[in-house]
Amino acid sequence: MNPNLSRRHFIKAVIASSVAAASHAGIQSASAVERHRGAVERLISLNINGRTRRVDVLPQETLAHTLRYKLGMTGTKIGCNRGECGACTVLINDIAHYACSTLTHSVRARAVLTIEGLQSTDGTLHPVQQAFIDELGPQCGFCTPGQAMSAVALLKENPKPSREEARQALSGNICRCGAYDHYLNGVMRASGQS
Amino acid sequence: MAYSLIGKDFTPPDIRGKVTGKAKYAEDFSAAGMVYCKMLLSPMPHAQVSNIDVSDAMSMDGVVGVLTADDVPAMDGAAQAILTNTPRYVGAPILAVAAIDETTAADALEKIRYDIEPLDFVLDPLQSLYPGGTNAQAAGNVASMGIPLQEIKWTARDFASADPDQFPMTGKAVSEWSYGDLEKSFSEAAVVYDESFVTASNSHHSMEPRSAMSYWENGKCFLFGSSQSQSFMIPGLAAYIGIEPRDLVYIAEYCGGGFGSKGAAYPIMALPAHMSKKIGRPVMMRISRAEEYYLGSNRAGFQGRVKLGVASSGKVTAVDLYIVQSSGPHNGYPDFNSAAGAVSICYQPNAMQYRGIPILTNTPPGGAQRGPGQNQIAMVMEPLLDKAARELGIDRLEIRRINAPNNDTIFGGRQRAVTSAYQTEALNKGALAFNWERTKKRSGERNGSKVIGVGVGQAYHSAGAAGFDGLVRIAPDGRLHIHSGIGNLGTYSYAATSRVVAEVLQCKWENCVIERGDTRKHLPWNFGQFGSNTSFTMSRSNHAAAMDARQKLLEIAAAEFGGSVDEYDIGEETVFSKADATKRLSYAQAAQRAIDMGGKYAGHEIPDDLNPMTSASAKAIAGSGLIGVAKDNYALDATPPALAAGFMVIELDTETGRFEILDYNGVIDCGTVIHPLGLASQVKGGAVMGIGLATTERIVYDPQNGLAANVGFNQAKPPSYLDVPSTLGTDAVNIADPQNPMGIRGMGEPVMGCAASALICAISDALGGHYFNRTPIVPDMIINAIAERKQSHKPLQVYTF
Repeated sequence: MNPNLSRRHFIKAVIASSVAAASHAGIQSASAVERHRGAVERLISLNINGRTRRVDVLPQETLAHTLRYKLGMTGTKIGCNRGECGACTVLINDIAHYACSTLTHSVRARAVLTIEGLQSTDGTLHPVQQAFIDELGPQCGFCTPGQAMSAVALLKENPKPSREEARQALSGNICRCGAYDHYLNGVMRASGQS
Repeated sequence: MAYSLIGKDFTPPDIRGKVTGKAKYAEDFSAAGMVYCKMLLSPMPHAQVSNIDVSDAMSMDGVVGVLTADDVPAMDGAAQAILTNTPRYVGAPILAVAAIDETTAADALEKIRYDIEPLDFVLDPLQSLYPGGTNAQAAGNVASMGIPLQEIKWTARDFASADPDQFPMTGKAVSEWSYGDLEKSFSEAAVVYDESFVTASNSHHSMEPRSAMSYWENGKCFLFGSSQSQSFMIPGLAAYIGIEPRDLVYIAEYCGGGFGSKGAAYPIMALPAHMSKKIGRPVMMRISRAEEYYLGSNRAGFQGRVKLGVASSGKVTAVDLYIVQSSGPHNGYPDFNSAAGAVSICYQPNAMQYRGIPILTNTPPGGAQRGPGQNQIAMVMEPLLDKAARELGIDRLEIRRINAPNNDTIFGGRQRAVTSAYQTEALNKGALAFNWERTKKRSGERNGSKVIGVGVGQAYHSAGAAGFDGLVRIAPDGRLHIHSGIGNLGTYSYAATSRVVAEVLQCKWENCVIERGDTRKHLPWNFGQFGSNTSFTMSRSNHAAAMDARQKLLEIAAAEFGGSVDEYDIGEETVFSKADATKRLSYAQAAQRAIDMGGKYAGHEIPDDLNPMTSASAKAIAGSGLIGVAKDNYALDATPPALAAGFMVIELDTETGRFEILDYNGVIDCGTVIHPLGLASQVKGGAVMGIGLATTERIVYDPQNGLAANVGFNQAKPPSYLDVPSTLGTDAVNIADPQNPMGIRGMGEPVMGCAASALICAISDALGGHYFNRTPIVPDMIINAIAERKQSHKPLQVYTF
């Protein structure tokens, strides 16, 4: 790519060609171009909770950052921002991921499900959400979205997990309040086993 | 007494937001034109900063302001300032930069030039007490809440009075008390133990870092913060900002965990308010996990010594306790005093002497953490009691029953009475559920390299206060609004105690609205949500306000239909004549009558003894319904205690030093159970934290540079799902307390300490009664004990891995 190509021209060219997902080489070249901070890096489309969202995303930006600070989806929490606590857990193609440790550009072709996407459009809660309420799963609630997403991921893969399987599946989600027992009760209830 | 709401489970109104992601924590708010600030944190444990030059930073595109120590209020004594040029711990905020985004702010920090001169620092409290030892602050090495900053050094003779491996008992203390004849009581003991000990400091590590956002509008400061408490935050926070409390709008609907570290106003929360005032734009201060480690406080560590005398009957005759506390560089929290009170109440010694001294250290600021003092000392005392039981041939449960506090208990230096205490009942309930008689026989059972250990532990915390206000309103639509200023720590006790109002006024829960989380909701003056007090304190003040509303309902009916108030009663959200059921007003009608009658009924006239905050709130809602408002003037002439017992069985691998918890049962004596599911959640969650306190969590410092070794979750090791049993047992004594109108006492803290001490006792039991003198007990210590090797730490060494 011509190193003298201005960033603005580059982005305009990408948008004009309707190519939302450029090659990795394209991203790297774009980031190498001298740029003004805070301005648009590039526009991409994301599939979030079944909806297409157009968003400006920096090359080094994490999905947690994009969700919270670009799209205003603050249900996904950042507890550590370094893959230790699981508060930012989301589903990517039905698999639980730490959004703080996932580059947004890497999920362009994939389906992202966040805590905001669990509830039905008519307001009905997902069985995991309802079970977490019934079992008084959350205490402070900060880790709850992550716990819920890990539980949803588990039940998609294993609709009738044993309590031990649930314990293993949720073990990447730290709860400082120590509400593990109640979350597990919620998983068992959501899976129709209690 | 049969209640329709108290003692029943319910769905707290804030829980739906937690499971849907709609709950807004401080960092989830934003405002038009908001900018972001980042702090320059001290890289040194003690230093002097000078010659700050921000010109290059300020000239950067996107940088909108810098805040330094000169822009914020100075603090007296040992108190912590918002920003400082004399940082006293690694991570202390020196200055802050605001910019259009965090990246720019971080880049701008790199452009700031300043001189920083390292000063002598101290990590180990005993080293600060040495003759000529370093002070963490230039002006002294001793301070705490109620103890002014001062310098105290022990003499060389003091240190020489004890073996190098023992804690010296002759040095000067700043806090001391005694009762009974200590010498005589020790002489009556069949066994006397004398143990030096260390309990490690550990970080709170609340899941939600203490981010805050602030802006100013029409002369008022709006602050979105993370706090356990609501109304209690206002005076301190307003002082940090430098405004009158009435000019602060504080929003804290949700708090992502505090565990004591967010109970009262803390300095850094005021930073975005100062920055916003200076630059005229909304300011968001996002706190990272690492910053939370430095700013989020930690539990005090202890170095100490205890002498325990036990008679052949199992009765504790005498205790002599000395505690040196590591407090961090500022006032910290007086865990040491709380620990002494806990020893006195839990073991009821005939005589006791206590001495304590809090030492400033160049480590992150100390703060109250769930059971501050009580839970550390439980891990020291409970295994020592086991030692006595073994030597005297007494069952370990029985020796606890022999010494258990009861309704006649008096304790502590002031020999305070308790409102009621049923620890024997807690022990009995737990023993039954745990099947103590059968389970204890498994002690020492071997399976290859694994051995079974069985433990029982206890803990205490005071559980309530008095004198706060309640405020309720019945609106003309008939709905009952309960104004709660207690805060939302995550225990749901704000909601459970609000149900006291609904219970008194016989309202359906679905017709109740809890007004909370925002000063604009017109909240009463309530205590902070900490110290296991909420259930006791708030149920009293809510009861007082509800009774005031009830009386007004009766008076309104009497005014409407004639006769005296005695002829009327309430029920089914109506007030009616007991003689003629047709004479009846719905609550909606009564609320409208209250508005029409004005005066005290509508809140225009209020009691004189209310806190000004409550008065202002009552006046703000005056005329909008029937107002019930009152101060809690119910009698309280003793300490309401929360007492807990925990039973645990573990399987310990003698080859690796690791263990698995096979079963746990925790029982709490907390008066009337107000919310069973909430109680179970607290008993279990407390146990999880206790397991971490006992075996994994501690802060570690590099002695050469004062750098922290375990800033993140991964090194700090709060327990995960895999570190605790997937099912934990809980129960409560559920006997009403006489000094609460509904028999309720608090419970949140000892449920942690009883599990922590049960685990320490179970590990000790698995090893044939080995006493470790140190917490947490980590696998290396277990392996060394099994191999009868010397431990890798010196007996009084602190901040060890």
